[in-house]
Amino acid sequence: MAKIVAVTGNEAVANALRQVNPDVCAAYPITPQTDMMQRFSSFVSDGKVKTELILVESEHSSMSACVGASAAGGRVITATSSQGLALMNEILYIASGTRLPIVMPVVNRALSAPLNIHGDHSDAMYARDTGWIQLWSENAQEAYDNTIQAFPIAEHIDIRLPVMICLDGFIISHSIERIEYLDDEQVQNFVGDFKQLYPLLDIQHPVSYGPLILPDYYMEFRRAQAEVNTKVSKVVLDVASDFEKLSGRKYGLFETYRLEDAEIGIVILNSAAGTTKDVIDEFRNKGIKAGLLKPRLYRPFPYEETGEALKHLKALCVLDRADCFGSSFGPVYSDIAASLYPFKDKPVLVNKIYGLGGRDYLPEHAEIVLNELVDIAETGKVKSYKEYIGVRE
Amino acid sequence: MAKPVTLKELSKKEILLASGHRLCAGCGAPIVVKMVLLASDYPVIASNATGCLEVSSCISDYTAWKIPWIHNAFENAAATISGVETMYRSLKKQGKIDKEIKFIAFGGDGGTYDIGLQSLSGAMERGHDMLYICYDNGAYMNTGIQRSSATPFGADTTTRPAGSVVPGKTEQRKNLTKIMAAHNIPYAAQASPSHWADLVRKVRKALEIPGPKFMNIISPCNRGWRSRTDDAIMLSRLAVETCYWPLYEIENGVTKITFKPKEKKPIVDFLKPQGRFKHLFKPDSEELLRKIQEDIDREWERLQKEEACFSS
Ligand SMILES: Cc1ncc(C[n+]2csc(CCOP(=O)(O)OP(=O)(O)O)c2C)c(N)n1
Ligand code: SF4
Ligand SMILES: [Mg+2]
Repeated sequence: MAKIVAVTGNEAVANALRQVNPDVCAAYPITPQTDMMQRFSSFVSDGKVKTELILVESEHSSMSACVGASAAGGRVITATSSQGLALMNEILYIASGTRLPIVMPVVNRALSAPLNIHGDHSDAMYARDTGWIQLWSENAQEAYDNTIQAFPIAEHIDIRLPVMICLDGFIISHSIERIEYLDDEQVQNFVGDFKQLYPLLDIQHPVSYGPLILPDYYMEFRRAQAEVNTKVSKVVLDVASDFEKLSGRKYGLFETYRLEDAEIGIVILNSAAGTTKDVIDEFRNKGIKAGLLKPRLYRPFPYEETGEALKHLKALCVLDRADCFGSSFGPVYSDIAASLYPFKDKPVLVNKIYGLGGRDYLPEHAEIVLNELVDIAETGKVKSYKEYIGVRE
Repeated sequence: MAKPVTLKELSKKEILLASGHRLCAGCGAPIVVKMVLLASDYPVIASNATGCLEVSSCISDYTAWKIPWIHNAFENAAATISGVETMYRSLKKQGKIDKEIKFIAFGGDGGTYDIGLQSLSGAMERGHDMLYICYDNGAYMNTGIQRSSATPFGADTTTRPAGSVVPGKTEQRKNLTKIMAAHNIPYAAQASPSHWADLVRKVRKALEIPGPKFMNIISPCNRGWRSRTDDAIMLSRLAVETCYWPLYEIENGVTKITFKPKEKKPIVDFLKPQGRFKHLFKPDSEELLRKIQEDIDREWERLQKEEACFSS
């Protein structure tokens, strides 16, 4: 039976990891993730999990040890934020290129410089092309649910790719919310047993991991990896449908909110989606047809489905909690633009950068954006395609 | 106790690094690896840092490794094998695996003394049951003979070439074996392929000791040392006999020199056959040669004193 508790996002995710009970966990402290791995370490110390901990000397070694442990043959986790994810960069590509189903919560935080420990999406955004699957989470419940679903997605025989679960630093990791926990046994049955395909520990069948592959075959390897990515959406949906049977909670590739008949819309990730939905309700009450799309599976990005869901709008704003310097637009904007490009009729598309380094995203910000979209929808005129909001200019 | 080493016994064992790998003819690295793997009476799983040994031994879709083997990146052979070993402990504890398996990491000097030092230090401190083997050829050979912190004083490398004002490397080598021993690990040792029985005995001993072990093994590289392709064993022997590369072990903090040359040869005997030192034999270089000899004499003295401390 589901248990209702009031816990922080970090606590909820740590509990999901306890329920999954992985074989090996590598841990290294970084705000705002630290408290998640501390909680998990207590489970180890109190004998609540069978997991062996590796208390590494850096995140580079954390991901390196995860690669070794996963290739050895078992379920492997770690967690990080910001600089820690940046330090892992080199090995993130090796984990995905080697097709190792490592699961890693990423508690999103700004990147240095300047140093800042608060929530934005710069960390996971820089890592979006590392070949990892990314599941984004609005609140602690979604972070908990995504963590559990990450395992059968990562380990699916057609996929075998590592998964990041993204949740907003402090806003979600450190706020207490109402959560429904599944039973330990339900989670255990849901994730099942994991069998590595060619485990290093199978000394009867020696295998070599990490070959050198030259121009004669490297490209075929990458092509195969791209092919695997095309299969992820279906697996994510299948796992979500199994999860719904268990929990009653429905997940898709993305969430739409009052979008079907909307004329203006917002695309926004994670916790800010909650605030935005409230403001959309206010606009709906005023008779304005506003809606929202919140990506969940952000990598691999479901371009077709996303474009299909947004193409009927007159005006659309993508709010990015990270910027891509040197590119014209924020990261999510570029993906949404690409998803809409094939359609002849499509909305006017603008981009706002918000909430960097933990700057609050307030209802009034959503109001400003929606009012602007109303104007664009009426006049077709755009004053600026990209703009920072909630900032001193 | 580890079994004594006999050539007869070793000759009956399977060589676990297949020929057909693409290391240069006469390279020291595969000799070292073969000896290490021959020494083990247990199944071994190995990790390998990026470098000559790695790029030449597993070019898809061939592999020279007859044991389970993983290459991850350049600086993380220690962290990688620590992950493999931890999974082994986890599955063993759960009763999913019962075989006795040993874990060995191989890294070059660049991947060990320099970029991989943190990963190695961390793995040693955490106490994983593993043996780290550094095959030390004294430079970044795979990328074309660049200076590392293991490059000997005076050596000509491509990033510190001997020129009209710079006489090759101007700094001392880092003493990595001592740094590893300072981690208070149960076993740290130096070995040389020229003294194969000593090398094999040390590997056997290390594998019998639970916990983290480190071995530094000199590995001649004819490309980088500018020497003849058939000189690997001769040069590694000269390295030992000149006391450039003393053979010793530090077991539970106790230093023991495992080979003392009857007559210590002058360092020029080691330097002369190597083109990387040829500028040191030009007129007016006596000062540099004297310094190299003095440094070696001092270190050898110190090592003997350390040994004497424990043998009273
Ligand atoms: C992070 C990173 N930096 C640099 C390199 C390039 N690189 C590959 S092998 C190598 C040299 C290896 O030297 P060493 O560890 O001494 O092994 P050797 O080739 O001499 O056997 C270098 C610099 C790399 N692969 N990864
Ligand atoms: S360059 Fe040197 S270390 Fe590398 S394979 Fe050739 S001989 Fe061996
Ligand atoms: Mg080297």
